[in-house]
Amino acid sequence: MATAPRFWRENPSRYNLMGVKCNSCGRHFFPPRAICPVCHRKSVGKMERIKLKGEGKIFSMTEVHEGLEELNIQRPYILAMVELDEGPKITGQVIDCDACDLEIGMPVRATLRKLSEEGPSGVIHYGYKFIPLKPKPEAPH
Amino acid sequence: MRRVAIIGVGDTEFGELWDASFRDIGIKAGLAAVADANITADMIDALYVGNMSAGRFIEQEHIGALIADYAGLAKSHIPATRVEAAGASGGLALRQGFMAVASGLHDIVVVGGAEKMTDVSDTESAVIQSSAADQEWETVLGATFPALHALMARRHMHEYGTTREQIADVAVKNHRNGSLNPKAQFQREISRETVMGSALVSSPLRVFDCAPSSDGAAAVVLCPLDHAKKYTEVPVEIVGSGQASDTLSLHDRKDICTMEATKVAAKRAFDMAGIAQKDIDVAEVHDNFTISEIMAIEDLGFFKKGEGGKATETGLTAISGQIAVNTSGGLKARGDPIGATGLAQAVEVVTQLRGKAGKRQVIDAELGLTHNVGGTGATVVVHLMRRV
Repeated sequence: MATAPRFWRENPSRYNLMGVKCNSCGRHFFPPRAICPVCHRKSVGKMERIKLKGEGKIFSMTEVHEGLEELNIQRPYILAMVELDEGPKITGQVIDCDACDLEIGMPVRATLRKLSEEGPSGVIHYGYKFIPLKPKPEAPH
Repeated sequence: MRRVAIIGVGDTEFGELWDASFRDIGIKAGLAAVADANITADMIDALYVGNMSAGRFIEQEHIGALIADYAGLAKSHIPATRVEAAGASGGLALRQGFMAVASGLHDIVVVGGAEKMTDVSDTESAVIQSSAADQEWETVLGATFPALHALMARRHMHEYGTTREQIADVAVKNHRNGSLNPKAQFQREISRETVMGSALVSSPLRVFDCAPSSDGAAAVVLCPLDHAKKYTEVPVEIVGSGQASDTLSLHDRKDICTMEATKVAAKRAFDMAGIAQKDIDVAEVHDNFTISEIMAIEDLGFFKKGEGGKATETGLTAISGQIAVNTSGGLKARGDPIGATGLAQAVEVVTQLRGKAGKRQVIDAELGLTHNVGGTGATVVVHLMRRV
């Protein structure tokens, strides 16, 4: 695994969905980038850091059965591409639900969770995952 | 710009080649291509080698010099350059060689591609392959390479009604073609049921939707078209070469059912060649996953968007179909030694255009296409070739 700074430097975006807004065209991007791909040089100096709300809709999804051992993620897990309300799409896990309860277009919101850990005594990495916005109806008592 | 021909091709068997090292396979393919071109070592002006990740697969960088050295070319000090663009490394190396000859800088150029994937465990191999995607904003969040293609598959099914069965039919066809290729990693036919009953990797994709890890190498020899007849009776001209890039992350694309870089690279290649999709007889496309072939045959313009599944199901991409796609077995059945794949595609198309493809020969094939993809479509290279 990489050294701690590699993960630490990305914490603002991984913990708080820090993206950027181009104040030339108004588009949002995640993660932050220095240059707007629409405005190019006109955007230099106008890319403002902005926290995204973390609400959006499922654009596509999959249940991952064969994962990367290095990430030490419990399998199977659900991975989705989420289209955020501000515009950018973002990739992350969907938790607290079953794959069969999810559909494309379903609203979700971001939450902070453990992403992975470097062994039993190593660094724990945190970041965003998504949960369905409307919880599953309770089973009748 | 000078016109460029392929005058020699060579490749190794693809598969788990435990008794062969990286340099063994690289040299074997290169020697075969040089022998096929009927040239001698002192005639080689430059070497390009496509390779994705020798640094991680065998902990060896500096691949250009290594291959030149073991090819016996160290004393002639030829320029030897490694080219990397993940899965498109081989196709991109071919394009570098093409440009070097077209520009007039070099006359005889050997372009090879090689990958030795089985010196690491399958688990480690999956980690290395995932490095073609965005490590910070895809992989770290749990997006494996198959998972990213599963996201495309799920969306393709949602938008166009592509069925699980149609996606399986890509694997069935490519295994059938692989059964006719003595150098393919998998030479057994499979059924739809085999695909759909295999273990889930990342839903809806299963084991038989994925190309394998492979060892292998492939190479071609290039020279100016004007000189080609000096070396071979059967030169094949590279009539079009197109390359395009796109966002590294899949999620940064508006439409994940289309690889825009495929469309752009294909347009550039077709414009250069002055031909159209309907002229193509045989195509080797980048089927690292079954869904990738469906998207490729749409984005290359052979079928309308959304109709790739149906075209596959109805046999339009079979060897005797409207356009023969992946006659070699493709990445799926021939195997996918990453850096070698783009060159292996060229070797297959040249073999077809020479009429030497044996049981998998496309009748009277005159024009062929290769389509090589890096990552989830962040690099695409398309070449068009014509029998001279």
